Amino acid sequence: MNKILRKRNFSDRVVQMEIEAPLIARARKPGNFVIVRVGEKGERIPLTISAADPQKGTITLVVQKMGFSSTKIAHLEEGESLTDLVGPLGKPTHISKVGTVLACGGGVGVAPLLPIIRGFKEAGNRVVSIIAARTEELVILEEEVRKHSDEMLVMTDDGSYGRKGLVTEGMEEIIKREKIDLAVTLGPAVMMKFCALLTKKHNIPTIASLNSIMVDGTGMCGACRVTVGGKTRFTCVDGPEFDAHQVDFDELISRLGAYRKEEIEKLNR
Amino acid sequence: MEISDRNAGWRKELREAVKGKERTDIPRVKMPERHPADRVKSQRLEVNTGLTAGMAQQEARRCMDCIQPTCMEGCPVSIDIPGFIKNIERGAFPEAAAVLKRTSALPAVCGRVCPQEKQCEARCFYTEKLKKEPVAIGYLERFAADYERESGQAYIPETAPSNGIRIAVVGSGPSGLSFAGDMVKKGYRVTVFEALHEIGGVLKYGIPEFRLPNRIVDFEIENLRRMGVTFVSNFIVGMTQTIDGLKAEGFKGFYVASGAGLPRFMGIPGENANGVLSSNEYLTRVNLMGADMPEADTPVFRGKQVVVVGGGNTAMDSVRTAKRLGAERAVIVYRRSEAEMPARIEEVKHAKEEGCEFLPLTNPVEYIMNEQGRVKQVKVQQMGLGEPDASGRRSPVPLAGSEYLIEADVVVVAVGVSPNPIIPDSVAGLDVSKWGTIVVNDETMESNLSGLFAGGDIVRGGATVILAMGDGRRAAAHMDRLFHTQERP
Repeated sequence: MNKILRKRNFSDRVVQMEIEAPLIARARKPGNFVIVRVGEKGERIPLTISAADPQKGTITLVVQKMGFSSTKIAHLEEGESLTDLVGPLGKPTHISKVGTVLACGGGVGVAPLLPIIRGFKEAGNRVVSIIAARTEELVILEEEVRKHSDEMLVMTDDGSYGRKGLVTEGMEEIIKREKIDLAVTLGPAVMMKFCALLTKKHNIPTIASLNSIMVDGTGMCGACRVTVGGKTRFTCVDGPEFDAHQVDFDELISRLGAYRKEEIEKLNR
Repeated sequence: MEISDRNAGWRKELREAVKGKERTDIPRVKMPERHPADRVKSQRLEVNTGLTAGMAQQEARRCMDCIQPTCMEGCPVSIDIPGFIKNIERGAFPEAAAVLKRTSALPAVCGRVCPQEKQCEARCFYTEKLKKEPVAIGYLERFAADYERESGQAYIPETAPSNGIRIAVVGSGPSGLSFAGDMVKKGYRVTVFEALHEIGGVLKYGIPEFRLPNRIVDFEIENLRRMGVTFVSNFIVGMTQTIDGLKAEGFKGFYVASGAGLPRFMGIPGENANGVLSSNEYLTRVNLMGADMPEADTPVFRGKQVVVVGGGNTAMDSVRTAKRLGAERAVIVYRRSEAEMPARIEEVKHAKEEGCEFLPLTNPVEYIMNEQGRVKQVKVQQMGLGEPDASGRRSPVPLAGSEYLIEADVVVVAVGVSPNPIIPDSVAGLDVSKWGTIVVNDETMESNLSGLFAGGDIVRGGATVILAMGDGRRAAAHMDRLFHTQERP
């Protein structure tokens, strides 16, 4: 059973959970995700791994209450167990020494960005991180990101914490200041879209980690298909990371809202 | 063996008791089924309700107990067909089930989903020589298996004393289950690893309950468990742990039956519109995740006008599921003619009875979406039939200027699957074809890596339950031989 050993509330809507999962803790690499299910009638939803401790045999997930099933998971308490947990899934991040990496995380996307930041740092890169959120209470993992980055910038849309402005404003400033060899963007699809537009303008290779809808997570259902460079790819087995300049983000945004009507009906039932 | 020996006293008497003419005069039994208006109300009511004992014995009487039963040549696993049917005729139903279980790990499943009209029943004496309707071998197989299960006295096949050799099976679909059953009988310690949270593979996520109830699959799995097979769900071999990792834990032999992982799409404009989905996704949401039930968390699109692309069993399962989810119009769009449809005849018949429409010789060329990105129409074109293609069927040829629009709020694409890439990608040095299937020796099912065998859709790229099971049996026989050779000093 995958017991929740520790739970920390980042805010009313965002929680961090350390979960017993010895095999996944050993096998996972930065960029991998898991599928989680809660309850016998529960839905399978993908969540990216934020950290793992192979010695303790645990993985850490950060969950934001977005819809019905993420709320159900976030409401689990310490000592309770997930009904099902499977992984690690997806292709891990391709980490190498490239020079300077600009890592941009938005909202809860900062959690899965953290192991990628650590990976690039450990591979000998200079890592500049920007973490962005709508407002102060949604800024997460600031200390951890700071610890593993050479420099870190916090941005909030409303200016309630750190610098006021969108993530792209911070990016622009850093791109002007120094040569960036690779950008990584992880967060809401619309944020990744604008990050990609900006880095494309500056010819900076960029990877985006996509958060498509999935059922099985192993390539079987095709719910997670996305157009990359004009070709249909499956986020679960071909991704979740792709060349951000090739991703059709408008299609991704539309597909993420596919079940909005059904989701609202379920929340009201 | 007494129960299946053609020369056993009881069997001779049975043959002599009824004249041939009397046997051939009996009309083929009709499978009792639920009324279409009732059955479309639920995804989980089985359509065929099964033969009564009387009906089964009467049908069994039609079988001529041929000296050279050609029906057996039509069966991919060579079931002793007259052997089990004659046991039904004499009323020895548990014995009939025992004969079936000697060669098939899942008779209740095969009796329901095998394409008998292309296999055993196509080779029946009635079909070949009398030009009459064949003996209903599939119905009888189902009857014997169901009788045994419902009697509560299931016969658990004997297992050899444990030899302690640990075997890992990748995937719990029909191929993996059939392999596991044979190996546990031979005394191996078998563990089956399944990626999903339920055991059964395509029998659970793919085939709907109106055709194959889950409790029947669960019963067969429970029997394997009682024989000593260990099942591990939520475990993806190649990701959760690699084959090398499992070797280090003491597993000596591997059977990869990971199935056909990737749904195929056609690559036409608008295919990624919301509301266009693979049959795998559509059926998994309903069959595995229970989206037809109000208490399930998983949503599914309940379309009013559903178009299903394809002519196989999966397409029939999808179009009939659409009806059950409340579609006013559920339409099959298929590029060849109805005669070329690969689906079982019974599934086509059932779909039509349930009010599904068929548009053969029609092919989608584009999906048109509304401002919200949701599909609203399918542009199709009409097809003609040209020269036979590689499959031996006449190839569909587009007719110029024949395009028109069909209204649709859900489209299910059921045009086949490609092999799951996880194992081929995770095992260094494994011989894989350009289609992504694992290359094996046709006879032994062993890959180029010693001790690693494979079968089912990961080898065939898309086949039937019974062929997948046949692969499992062959792989078990040859893996057993491999270990015996290795043990010899």
